[in-house]
Amino acid sequence: MRFQLMLLSAIAAAVVSTSASAHRAWLEPSATVLSGDDAVVTVDAAISNTLFHPDHVAMSVDGIKVTGPNGELVDIMNAAKGRYRSVFDVELAQQGTYKIASASGGLRAFWRDEEGSRKMWPGRGQQANESEFSTAVPSDAKDLSVSRGWRRVETFVTVGAPTTEALQPTNEGLELVPVTHPNDLYATETATFKMLIDGEPAVGAEVEVVPGGMRYRNSQEAIKVTANEQGEIEITWPQAGMYFLEASYRDDKAAKPATVRTGGYSATFEVLPL
Amino acid sequence: MRRFWLALLLVTASSTAAAEVNLTVTLPRLNVAEYHAPYVAVWIENDRRQATQVALWYDVALANGEGQEWLKDLRQWWRRGGRSLTMPVDGLSGATKGPGQHTISTQLSDALTSLPAGSYTIMVEAAREVGGREVLRLPIELPLTNASFPVVVEGQNELESIRLHN
Repeated sequence: MRFQLMLLSAIAAAVVSTSASAHRAWLEPSATVLSGDDAVVTVDAAISNTLFHPDHVAMSVDGIKVTGPNGELVDIMNAAKGRYRSVFDVELAQQGTYKIASASGGLRAFWRDEEGSRKMWPGRGQQANESEFSTAVPSDAKDLSVSRGWRRVETFVTVGAPTTEALQPTNEGLELVPVTHPNDLYATETATFKMLIDGEPAVGAEVEVVPGGMRYRNSQEAIKVTANEQGEIEITWPQAGMYFLEASYRDDKAAKPATVRTGGYSATFEVLPL
Repeated sequence: MRRFWLALLLVTASSTAAAEVNLTVTLPRLNVAEYHAPYVAVWIENDRRQATQVALWYDVALANGEGQEWLKDLRQWWRRGGRSLTMPVDGLSGATKGPGQHTISTQLSDALTSLPAGSYTIMVEAAREVGGREVLRLPIELPLTNASFPVVVEGQNELESIRLHN
């Protein structure tokens, strides 16, 4: 049972979470559109079933990186980890758009040993060191599957006018770049985003958008879209509120020794009323 | 020389006509436990939603520009150019106003004279701390004629009415 959970979380990046029991990692900022010279945003970080209610486990803030409007990193402040959620502040000293993100990834291998039991490398919660791959993973193992993937969790906040410097892609894994600015979203309007896999259009990436406040309704009300030939998706926001976007991508164009390339991306967006 | 007089004549003529344009914004008296004067923005949009700023009433006097923290609550205005301005703006920003009638003359005339003929909408947005938000739209055709006046648009909650008159 425990192994199954491990396996689930390990391959979460490759799976579109459609079931109600999916655990979703999210960052929820207290505001996404701010004004003034001393703006501060506080962010909840959690992994939960119900958007955006912390009900499962806190997300580690160790990997959180905040990119400021000038493209440089900004430190997080007042970080604390509770049972169900972590929380931290970001001082928004510069005017413009900030990207708050956590990304992890690398090589992953699954196989069965001679007794038929399942094996994985690297171990749960560990980062792969590629130089150890050849010694850690038996190349002739049964059911060997080696994938290379990234998983990214993001949100965006803007003080003053929106800018795009912080939204430049890293060209690693599955990423979202704006056509419509992520802090310029309004109910009933249609936003366009572009999905990239390692910097190239993520053609066919599957995207699901779910409104927050899930405890107060009976269905997911998910909007499902697939990235077109340019990697673009269009989403028409039905009403104002917080939204969770989750995208996944998979192909066989992985750099060796992997044979499968996977990308997982999720982001929290705020949609304002007109 | 003749050109100079012609130019002067034109300036005089347009400013005379424009001086007769007034926008009266009536803020309601609200029976609430905690009342703060609303932030109010007035601007003019063309048919491509490009904004010409007219007036902005907010907490200009608070120390360290603290009043700017709530400017984004004028959500439409914020999107239509407010977020690109550096506060305070001369000739645009002023202190908040209490309940009653407030007439905007010069600022409106200046904005109107700067615009070419065409269809526009005068936008008035009010947002109140611990209160609500409301946007009123008043369509106009430029150039204005005397037949354009008066026009009244009634509000529901945060704005009692806006009235365009001579």
